Parts: sequence; C-alpha cells; structure tokens
Amino acid sequence: MVKVTIDGITVEVAAGSTILQAAEQAGVEIPRFCYHERLSIAGNCRMCLVEVEKTPPKPIASCGYPVAEGMVVHTDTPMVRNARRGVMEFLLINHPLDCPICDQGGECDLQDQAMGYGMDHSRYAENKRAVPDKNLGPLVKTSMNRCIHCTRCIRFITEVAGVPDLGATARGEHMEVGTYVEKALGSELSGNIIDLCPVGALTSKPYAFVARPWELAKVDSVDVLDAVGTNIRIDARGPEVLRILPRINEDVNEEWLGDKSRFAIDGLKRRRLDRPWVRENGKLRAATWTEAFDAIAAKLKPLKGEQIGAIAGDLCDAESMLALKDLFVRLGSTNLDCRQDGAKLDASRRDFYCFNTSISGIDEADAILIVGSNPRKEAPVLNARIRKRWASSGAVIGVIGDAADLTYPATHLGAGPSVLKDLQSDSHDFAKVLAAAKKPMIIVGQGALARPDGSAVLAAAWRLAAHVGALSSEWHGFNVLHTAASRVGALDLGFVPGPNGKTLDAMLGGGVEFLWLLGADGFDASHVGAGTFVVYQGHHGDAGAHRADVILPGAAYTEKSGTYVNTEGRAQRGFKAVYAPGEAREDWTILRAFSAVIGKTLPYDTIDALRARLEQVNPVFGRVGFLPRFGCSDHTGPAGDPTVLSAAPFVSAVTNYYQTDPISRASPTMAACVAAQAAPALAAE
Amino acid sequence: MSAPNGSAFEQPESFAFDAESEAEIAHVITRYPPGKQASAVLPAMYVAQRQMKRQTGSAWIPVKAMDAVAARLGMPAIRVYEVATFYFMFNTSPIGKFHLQVCTTTPCWLRGSDEITEACRKETGIKGWGETSDDGLFTMTEVECLGACVNAPILQVDDNFYEDMDAAKVTELLAALRRGERPFPGSMTGRQTSAPEGGPNTLTTLHFAPEG
Repeated sequence: MVKVTIDGITVEVAAGSTILQAAEQAGVEIPRFCYHERLSIAGNCRMCLVEVEKTPPKPIASCGYPVAEGMVVHTDTPMVRNARRGVMEFLLINHPLDCPICDQGGECDLQDQAMGYGMDHSRYAENKRAVPDKNLGPLVKTSMNRCIHCTRCIRFITEVAGVPDLGATARGEHMEVGTYVEKALGSELSGNIIDLCPVGALTSKPYAFVARPWELAKVDSVDVLDAVGTNIRIDARGPEVLRILPRINEDVNEEWLGDKSRFAIDGLKRRRLDRPWVRENGKLRAATWTEAFDAIAAKLKPLKGEQIGAIAGDLCDAESMLALKDLFVRLGSTNLDCRQDGAKLDASRRDFYCFNTSISGIDEADAILIVGSNPRKEAPVLNARIRKRWASSGAVIGVIGDAADLTYPATHLGAGPSVLKDLQSDSHDFAKVLAAAKKPMIIVGQGALARPDGSAVLAAAWRLAAHVGALSSEWHGFNVLHTAASRVGALDLGFVPGPNGKTLDAMLGGGVEFLWLLGADGFDASHVGAGTFVVYQGHHGDAGAHRADVILPGAAYTEKSGTYVNTEGRAQRGFKAVYAPGEAREDWTILRAFSAVIGKTLPYDTIDALRARLEQVNPVFGRVGFLPRFGCSDHTGPAGDPTVLSAAPFVSAVTNYYQTDPISRASPTMAACVAAQAAPALAAE
Repeated sequence: MSAPNGSAFEQPESFAFDAESEAEIAHVITRYPPGKQASAVLPAMYVAQRQMKRQTGSAWIPVKAMDAVAARLGMPAIRVYEVATFYFMFNTSPIGKFHLQVCTTTPCWLRGSDEITEACRKETGIKGWGETSDDGLFTMTEVECLGACVNAPILQVDDNFYEDMDAAKVTELLAALRRGERPFPGSMTGRQTSAPEGGPNTLTTLHFAPEG
C-alpha cells in the first residue's frame, strides 16, 4: 500500500495503482475520455492531466501514471485547469457542433466535460475534417465526424468481446476508427460500445432520433432473454420501452449486456397478445376475460387431476409459476414441468442444477471444461467473463461439443459424451490439467442435457467433477449453464412432476386432456395431442398461442414486477416499467382471478403476499440479489447411470443467438442481425 | 486514400503467397521468438507488396494480401489493416510501374525539392501527389524525411535513392527509366557517398600509411 495525497486528501492505495485510480478512491473527480476501468490504459485523450509535486513542471496524464509513496497531486491548479482547457479545445477542433441533433445529447461525456473544463470559445476557425460514416451492421450507428479517437470501442471489441473487428486505420489527421473492410460487427456484445463511446460517434441504430434521455422514465430490472440475469435499466416513455441499458453488478454482468437483451425490445411491440381469445369451431375469436375464464372452467370441471397438466416457459417470473403450481396442486394435479427443451435436470438437490461456482467465481478458476455448450451464444456476458479469466491468468479451457469460436483459445477434446469417460482416466492430457488445477470448473450446457442420455451425461459430469477435485468444502466446480431465465426459479419452487406426475414428454401426444402453457413456446406445439385442450397464457402470439384453444394475454418482463433466479441461483427482482398492452394483465393476477372463478381461490391478494408464499416454499426467493457460495461436501451425484452414454455428438442449445424466444423472434432488429451475420459484407442499412 | 487518377480500382479476388514469398516470410519469422511471429508484420507486408510487383507490375498491397499476411502470422486482419494504412511505404491502391517518392522535408526543400517535383510533373504529366501518369508508368508521392539530408534533394524510385538531384538529372533519370534502364543509385554528382563535393577538405594534412 502506498500513501498519496490528492488535493489535500490522503488515501492509501495499492502499489501499482494509477493517480486516477487513487483520485477515485479519494473522491476527487478527474475528467477522462479514453480511460475506462475495465479496458487497458491508452492514455491518448490527455483529458486527465494533473500536477504532481516534485516532478518536472508539466502536466501529467493521471490515467497512466503510477503512484509513488508520498506523492502529492493537485488536480485544480491554474496549470491543470489551463492544460485541460487546451486539451478540450484540441478535442473540439474537429468535433461538429451538432449536439442538438445528436443522440448522445444530454448524456454525453464531451458535452458535460466541455461545460466543466472547457473554454467558452475556440480559437480555431479552420474547416473541420469530414469522415465518412461506417456501416457496422444493424445495431451500431456511426457518426464518425464526432469521433475523438479515444479508442474505447477498439479496446472493448478486442479485449473484452474478443472479436477484433475494429481498429484505427491511417494516421494523424487521417486516422479513422472502423473496420476498414465494411462488415457488421461479429460480436454478441457489440452494443456495449455504444455505452462506452464518450461522444455521439457510436449510437444505437434502432434508437436513433427516438428520444432524449431526460424524457425517459428509468426502471431497474433484470434481463430474461438469457439465464445470466444481467442487471438492466429499462428506459421507457409512456407505454413504450425505448431502450435497455446494463446496470453495474460486479457479481453478474460487470457492466456489459448482450446484444439480444439490449436490442430485442422492438419485439415487445409486435405480435402482442392484448386481449383474450377463445377458439370456436376451429377458429380463434376475440373474447372477454369472463368468456375466456368460463370456457376454461367448463373444460376443466369434469377433468381429474391426472388428466390436466401445466408447462412453464422460459421467460416466466417465479411469482406466476408459483401461482400456477398452487392452482394445479389445488386441482389435484402433479403434472408440472418447466423443462421445455427436455433437459434432464435433477431437481432433487440445488447444486445439481445451478452454476455453483458463481459467475464471479470464474475469476478464480484455473481450468475450465465446457461440456455441450457454446457460452458465446448461450450467455455472451458470462462468456466474456471466461475470456477475461483466460486473458488475465491464462486459465486452460477445454470444450466437449461443437468446436466453435468462443473468442478465447479452447482445446477441443471431442464432440460426444464418451470424452467424459476418457477424462476419468488420468492419462488423458486434459484430465491432467483438471487434476493439477486448484480450482477446476466444469460447465455443463443444456445441449448436453436436453437429449435422451441427458441424465447419464449429468451424472458423468458430476462424477468427473468429483474425480478431478472440483468438489471440495471450499470450492464447488460443478456448474450447469442454463439458457432459460425462468428455469432455476422453476426448479427452486418445484415446478417439476410431483409423485406420479407426468413430464413434458408424457403430457404431449394426448397424455393429458388439458394443458396450461404459461408462456411456453420452447417446444414443438404440434406434438400436443389433437384432443388436448390448450390454454396459452403469455404475451406473444408465438408457437404456443397458435396451438391454443384459449389465449390469456399476460405481461412481458418489462410490464410486471417479478423475481427471476439466474443460472447461479441468485434471485433478482425486476420492476414494472410500463403497463401491459390492451387487456393484458400481470400473470399472477390472471391466475389468482381464474382461481376464484373455479372456486379454488389462491390465498394471496397482493404481490407481497405471494412473495411471502414464495419465500415459504423456498427461502432463496427471500435473498434477493444475494448469493451465498457453498463448497460441496456431499459428493453423491445426481440420479442417472453415468455409464450409459450415447455416441451422439453434443449440439449447443443455442445456434441462432439472435432469436431464441418469443420476444426476439418478434423483433425486426434481431431479424436484421441474423441477416447481417449470414452476409456480413452486405449488411444493409 | 484516393484511387489513382481518381478512378475506382478493383481489389483482386484472391491472393496467395508464391513459393518465393513463402520462403522469404518463413525466413523473416525466424527473426522473432516463437509465438511472437506477429512482429514480422512489416517485413511480411513488404514481401506481399513485392510479390504484387512481380505478378502485376504494380507494387501495392490489396486487402486480400493483408488478409493473407494476417492468416500467415496468426493475427487479426484489422491489426494488419492498421499497420498497412499507417505507413506510407505500403500502397493500399495500385500504383504505376515506378514509384517516384519526392522528399519535401526541410533540408530537401531548401536544396530544391520544389524543382524536383516540378521536373517530375513536367516529365510525367502528373498533376498532384498520389497520382499516376496516364501511361501508367509513374506514380508520384510526397514523402517525409528519407534520412539522407546530406545528399539532398532526394528522389526515391521504388527502393532506390537518387541523391543530389536537380531538374536536369530528373529528366535524364526518368528518360532512362522509360528506356527500361535502372541507373545506378546514389549521388548523381558522382561524389562518393556523402563525401564533400570536390574532394576532401578536412584532415588533408593527415597521411595514412599504405595498407599492408
């Protein structure tokens, strides 16, 4: 530790810190453009100049200057002020004065810092340079005249995203940031460069000229389009969600957000179910809530508990799933399933289906084995965390399954589950790596579990984890990477077949007479038995709604307050940003209202009462945002015979990153992304 | 960068190193530690540019060649694009058969680089920097200090320095190039390297014993 005095405030900082970092600790503001705490230090904007005593009498760029014992720093002397004014004047030589038509206006670092540290005029009367705009695909809009060459976007794409598409070509006055050869950005995290850009050079294409930041109502929420549980902020104006930005949560997403989660929101305005529908004579007709409820009640009345079933979808909040479960328990049914993809998850113990190491735990792992998953497509933010671990420590990574480009080097060990067996033998090269590792991780994807021998794979992976020492009292290296935001929550509250209950497969093909789909669009609805009466409760007219006999319009994740448990098992809460369209209602209230119609009234009238019930079912729902980490003392594996592995190769659960759920399937922006990735060179405007 | 004569130019569909280039690249890579082969990007691009000269008569480096360099050295293509566009020694668009590089930095300018430029213009019909003559023989570019100020002004033709130039010598040199000759590079006044004009004028009293 080193003692440094900044503007009279003495702080102790770690040796090797920079002056800027020390100033953050002291609470002294230093303006900056190129410096970003999660990127490498570039030192090219020169905005962070400070004066340090006993150094040559010139301003020093604090972002790249390491602290020394007893250093005395001044950030507000005439020299510093003058130097910053000069730097700001330089930065503005070529920056256009188009703030009134710039999407960054109102949340622009350059605007703010020009006000705070700049001059009121410029001495440059020369023509400003003009730079052609670049086409970076359907997500990121460029206005390259505004670029101040901080290179944050280049460093992010290269270092964090690991898809080095951006660079600075030519030099001096002619330097341009871009791809040189026109193409769409190939990263699933490309939207983050919009947040990183301190000026309006990179802005959101779908959000272009839509709103000003001060018009927006900002609501904290949780992303549900993958299972990472990325913390987001929903910006809405009136009834419309206009954009989604990441919130900082060091334990989950740091400050990144996947492109799907950021840009699929235009899908929230399309193909929406905004009123109940009832099928009559083979055709759906618009109905009232009463008609819809009566139609369901009439169908339900003669049926016994074992003749009815419910399936929960991938985007559901825990509250509505619990309400549905409670309703079905009252109807005497244990035919419940949340595993739409048929994943052979074992719900009997929590660490059989959670990402036990935790996402921040990746920062400690020294060897990682990925089984049947492509984290880049399934959870890009988590993949960036793995990449960060590889980049910072050289953690060794092995993959069983698709030999995909994960943005970091990974040893491809084979395609099928037999490799799991091979790794049990100590002579295997990668087995030696895992055995030598202090904190090995095994990540099992849904692609490894959603197959006939899924439970055998799960058991084999667990056995391997125990074998290589990934399970100890301090370290739990067995991880299941989910793709569905609702999955862990559903397993936590037991949305799985009870005693003598039917699984999804058993319910299909006429296994039940009556099927309640709560936002379930993830399985082939044509497999539902022809005679089965289907109720679809959800927000999008997708696969499930097409098959439905009665449609109950629910609320999307931006339209309801809900609890979601991410793949780690961390319960998080999202809040309501806008109202659901038309007659759509929050899902738990629909179930509560229906329960009264059939005389099986659910015992909660408020969301708080429902949450109390949730906590009673499983205490994890009460620990919102908090994730205790456990080691593993009980090595007993999940049910399943780890020896009956098939030879079929693993296929990742997500092949088309941009369209995985009803919201992203309804999104034109996501469709444009798919087209752009298919023909990157021809990315259309 | 503008295309020659203001017209758009075609990027070749493909580029592959020939045997000669491959041997050169294999050699330059050995200069760097294993795993650091990306350090060979500059020499590797020269190799590619020379191969284009051999194959097409124009020493330039198309995007496909940059991609080939990137693939050969195991680095992202954009890193090669950055380097190729940063240094003016790499031509990212086709040039003429002879690349006339006129140094206009202060010492050369003081010694008459304007005259050299004017002579080049007159002889080739080129109007401005970066343009190629109508016969496709010459491309004239302005370059920064070539590091041979003692023999200013300099006209670099492809890889060779022609020093102590003046307008008449430029005319002579270009005529020779047109004839397919390559005059011997170096000082055009006949002095030895950068020795004083008209023989030594310092240390004249020193007498060295004959060798041996």
